[in-house]
Amino acid sequence: MLETPRLIASLSAILAALAMAAGSGSAQQPPAPPVPVPPILQRYTPVTAERLRAPEDGDWLMIRRTYNGWGYSPVNQITPANVGRLRPVWVFSTGVTSGHEAPPLVHDGVLFVSTPGNQVLAIEAATGRPLWRYSDPPLEDVIALHRTSRGVALLGDKVYFASADARLVALDVRTGKEIWATRIGDNASGYYMTLAPLVAQGKVLVGASGGELGIRGFVAAFDPDTGSELWRTFTVPAPGEPGSETWPRGDQWKTGGGSVWITGNYDPETNLAYWGTGNGGPWMGDRRPGDNLYTASTIAIDVATGRIKGHFQYTPNESWDWDEVSPPILVDYERNGRTVKGLIDVARNGYLWFLERSDGPIRFVEGKPYVKQNVFRRLDPKTGRPEIDPARKPGTGTKAAFCPSLWGGKNWPPIAFNPTTRMIYIPANENLCSEIEGREVNYVPGRSFTGGISTFQVAPGADHIGEVQAWNVDTGERVWTHTFEKSPTWGPMLTTGGGLVFTGGTNDRMFRAFDATTGKVLWEVATNSGVIGQPSSFVVDGRQYIAVQAGWGVDSRGMQARLDAVSPGEFPPVPEGGAIWVFALDR
Amino acid sequence: MSIGRRRLLKDGVCLGVGLTLSPALAPGQADPAALRPQQDDLLVRSGDAGATPLIPDDIKRAETQTLAWAMDPKDGTVRSGSRLNLVLLLRLDPARLSPDTRSRSADGIVGYTAICTHTGCEVEEWRAEEELLYCGCHGSMFDPKDGARVVDGPAPRMLPALPLKVVDGRLVVADAFTARVGFQAV
Repeated sequence: MLETPRLIASLSAILAALAMAAGSGSAQQPPAPPVPVPPILQRYTPVTAERLRAPEDGDWLMIRRTYNGWGYSPVNQITPANVGRLRPVWVFSTGVTSGHEAPPLVHDGVLFVSTPGNQVLAIEAATGRPLWRYSDPPLEDVIALHRTSRGVALLGDKVYFASADARLVALDVRTGKEIWATRIGDNASGYYMTLAPLVAQGKVLVGASGGELGIRGFVAAFDPDTGSELWRTFTVPAPGEPGSETWPRGDQWKTGGGSVWITGNYDPETNLAYWGTGNGGPWMGDRRPGDNLYTASTIAIDVATGRIKGHFQYTPNESWDWDEVSPPILVDYERNGRTVKGLIDVARNGYLWFLERSDGPIRFVEGKPYVKQNVFRRLDPKTGRPEIDPARKPGTGTKAAFCPSLWGGKNWPPIAFNPTTRMIYIPANENLCSEIEGREVNYVPGRSFTGGISTFQVAPGADHIGEVQAWNVDTGERVWTHTFEKSPTWGPMLTTGGGLVFTGGTNDRMFRAFDATTGKVLWEVATNSGVIGQPSSFVVDGRQYIAVQAGWGVDSRGMQARLDAVSPGEFPPVPEGGAIWVFALDR
Repeated sequence: MSIGRRRLLKDGVCLGVGLTLSPALAPGQADPAALRPQQDDLLVRSGDAGATPLIPDDIKRAETQTLAWAMDPKDGTVRSGSRLNLVLLLRLDPARLSPDTRSRSADGIVGYTAICTHTGCEVEEWRAEEELLYCGCHGSMFDPKDGARVVDGPAPRMLPALPLKVVDGRLVVADAFTARVGFQAV
């Protein structure tokens, strides 16, 4: 056993160092006096479960503002008529690089946001005055293949944060001090986290990434006061559990993937949380014959028990790296004269899915491509199961070319839904394709377990890449498309009651406002870096603000570099370094 | 509730250990298995339970990279205590190596960190026809004939090299990594 007891060795060394320190007079350093709590934090009122279910219009209390995942603020002060007067109110440098993807949350005038490097910031929302900073950088040998955080969660007087090295941390909202921390997975075996926690029914829920390292994915719930684990549900079933019949008889399930990259959405009426799951491990489906539930799926988890009560799989026997990164949003829509209690998912496999939710099972309603997709020949009209063109399916020793690329028609950036326009807004990448060839791979804990090598192409004749698409959910038809000739987009979406859509995502560092009805660009500003953060909107003292983090990195950087290799000089590196931007109308 | 080594480190700092040990360096300094490869270390194949020192003939031309750990020749400690210590070895045509790379090679064998400088994935693929190293995570490509310079992808800098020599017929580390190993600092 060579590649073994690093933790034991490290602990031994540390314990020895501690013993030395204890013997050398630690009393020489008196404890630092407590830092006074700023008045705005003294006045901070605990976030209640009721407030999370029914926030005030000016609140932004969770990553997509509401449990249904809409990314919608009803505040309507900023409109197509006046958005031209939108100006930065303050900008705040985060001090770190890599991808800044978290949305600013705001409660009682206090803004909370996380950044790469295991950092959480509390800032006075109207002025940009720093209140506290939690920073706990991971060890240098952390396994975190996506160095980002996609947000924090609020409940009571605590802020919950999922660290890159797979710990769930509760912070004191008034001081930023750690109250408890629970390790939720072994980072040395490839478990890491990028998502924001979900607070639902008095529990804190998280999942883990690491599908490229042979993890077995899960969602787990924790006690918000103590951090003790309440339940854990694996996205890959063990032999004998429901879904295990879709796996071969063998040990494949132990390293079967099914990462949870992004926070689930939640239906308080049924107490079901809807989570997206990643691809199977390793990448090539011929290494794990079968559909491989619940990879590349949406799963409906009962928050009370952790039981999976429904699922829908988008790509059976997934072999294209098409993680179903995003959860579906919860929208009731019209179809054939009837209102469907719906789920809508814009999948990485290039299809837009209209589904129906219930107190358990998820039913297929409609699916159609929103970008060029040459892998599915058709969908079964009853079940939605795709018929896959075998020539487009990579395997071990078999190269296959396919569109969209392994990054998908849409990757992790969330869509938004506006209940006034009845449209969803999609950050899509068109005209990108990949080739993958599978290779033999053996599992070693913490080591790469993809077993695939990929190349990347732009489709012949492509006149653009990135798109903002708007689709009417009641007709299922596309209404407008804005295209970006020389850039993909990695921009999460915000839409507002004023009739606007805000997003960045492009390599020109722009943050833009679109008319939500027509798709016309009404306003844009070049920031310090590319904007791949989730925008939010909030009200303080009666004034509407728009907030977003700029900070290019991770996959946006990866795609830009690969595009530049395809078209040398046309996709130069984008400036990096994180900053929080807050905008409001000129007074 | 479990907190693991990080909490111990942080508490250690609070107790005054931080005066002499920074959290980032403490394990590496204290634990010989976590030390970066040292001059005169031997090399052993990753996964070789017998820890047999590699000899130049173990590294074949035109084969994929060999993943290896350094081993203390005195007490046999395999330096697998940090994933940042993983080394990749390749045998290339010495005539095609850049002068700097040739000077660090031994019998045409070159050594580099196996950890990508972008986000820390393993540089696990070898594109034999192009003689390029490839990281499947985000598509970075490196030319091992020329200092593992970045020829494609998002990696911000070349892979640090591990200078090699042959001593008594065995492959030996000639010097420390040429630069800090690990990925982009945040």
